[in-house]
Amino acid sequence: MPGAISPALAQAAGAAPALLDVSLRINGTEHRLSLDPRTTLLDALREHLHLTGSKKGCGLGQCGACTVLMDGMRVKACLSLAALAQGREIKTIEGLAQGDELHPLQASFIERDAFQCGYCTSGQIMAGVACISEGHAGSPQDIREWMSGNLCRCGAYDHIVAAIQDAAAVSSSTQGG
Amino acid sequence: MHPFVLERPCDLSAVLALGAQAGRNDAPVEYIAGGTDMVQLLQEHVRRPDRLVSLAGVLDDGIEIGPQGLRLGAAATMAEVAAHQGVVEQFPLISQALLNSASPQVRNQATMGGNLLQRTRCPYFRDVGYQACNKRAPGSGCAALDGENRWHAVLGTSDDCIAVHPSDLAVALVALDATVELRGTGGDRSVPLSELHRLPRDTPHLETVLEPGEVITAITVPANAAGLRSHYLKLRDRASFEFAAVSAAVAIETDGARIRQARVALGGVGTKPWRLPNVEQALADKNLEPGELRSAAALAAEGAQGRGHNDFKIELMQRAIVRAVEIAGARA
Repeated sequence: MPGAISPALAQAAGAAPALLDVSLRINGTEHRLSLDPRTTLLDALREHLHLTGSKKGCGLGQCGACTVLMDGMRVKACLSLAALAQGREIKTIEGLAQGDELHPLQASFIERDAFQCGYCTSGQIMAGVACISEGHAGSPQDIREWMSGNLCRCGAYDHIVAAIQDAAAVSSSTQGG
Repeated sequence: MHPFVLERPCDLSAVLALGAQAGRNDAPVEYIAGGTDMVQLLQEHVRRPDRLVSLAGVLDDGIEIGPQGLRLGAAATMAEVAAHQGVVEQFPLISQALLNSASPQVRNQATMGGNLLQRTRCPYFRDVGYQACNKRAPGSGCAALDGENRWHAVLGTSDDCIAVHPSDLAVALVALDATVELRGTGGDRSVPLSELHRLPRDTPHLETVLEPGEVITAITVPANAAGLRSHYLKLRDRASFEFAAVSAAVAIETDGARIRQARVALGGVGTKPWRLPNVEQALADKNLEPGELRSAAALAAEGAQGRGHNDFKIELMQRAIVRAVEIAGARA
């Protein structure tokens, strides 16, 4: 289980270090937090700001369930220390829809039934949004290569690729090219 | 994670004064840059520093191409370098190696310096549940020698450590004669990338020649490595987002179907990025013909030692060289 350590290791870990004042800009809103320096961006989002859309799968950068955008680029929130994300513009799945209107990729995930259990979905969508904006969604092969940082244990890959293709087509037609 | 004090100095001299040490496990102070490897090491209790010094914002992240060649600031990310137009056009081997590394998310975070200094993926090093790892705990033994060693090195090994250096970037760079620029409290110096990493010998816990506090500030690649016909061939268990079982970085100059000069380096098989001067010599003046390439590539196996599960790499690395030279030779 990610983050779980043996009692012996926990004891050896000793006292918690002094807290740091950290200011995080999430989905356009500034949040002031007092954090243990060990806090990852993912834990800050989930445990301190209760933005639980970003998921903890492996906690080691292998599954992509925690993918968020940092200054517009996709990153793994579990591999980022929260204190080092200060000053960056962070976007999570909670910041994607415009009010009640879903982002086109959220809508196409529903349309294409691109999930089963849903645990990897917010990471898939955040990575997919970046994949499209980077121009790496031109073909199913491209999408598979550029989405390889996001695992789906249910194996919904065919539908995920289709959803990203659909949303990429919408995005290129709205941009006139 | 073990508790640590997080330092965020605003300039390089303040960073250096804190005396962090990369590439060994007994140092109480560590650097963190992109963090994609360091956070894993902290989470897994492989590294337990008391103090973590952030390099954010204090290192050059520029990418420049000039008459001297290519200069990559240590803080440039893998994604930035891979997509840089000049790198793609003049040093495609570097771009290719990077795009075959990690995942898009990790490439957005991980830096050039950190990539070269990332720690081995040897599962016995990464899992503190195993007692025996000379790299993690000097003198404790090597669980890989008689353990699951399918992923391990066949070149540059010792009886104390057979861990593979995991970087693809370093393999491409060592083939192109890259140099790393270092800065420490004692000043600046340059070291050929081929000499940055140490062989494990009987001190596998000492991975680099860096002095305490010293940081990589830039990587340079000479101009004579530009514009070569090249190919980075990566063979792995998954099609993407996987470390190399074997990789081959090849850059050649040709005269028709004849090879004038070749540079060859291997990944996935060496305890450090592995350049092959004997294979390069044998390839010079050879024709791009499978039989001739094969006999030159066979020299890669000199001194190779399998440990059971990884025996297959000795044959596979020779085939990888042949294939990579053929693909490079077929490029316009």
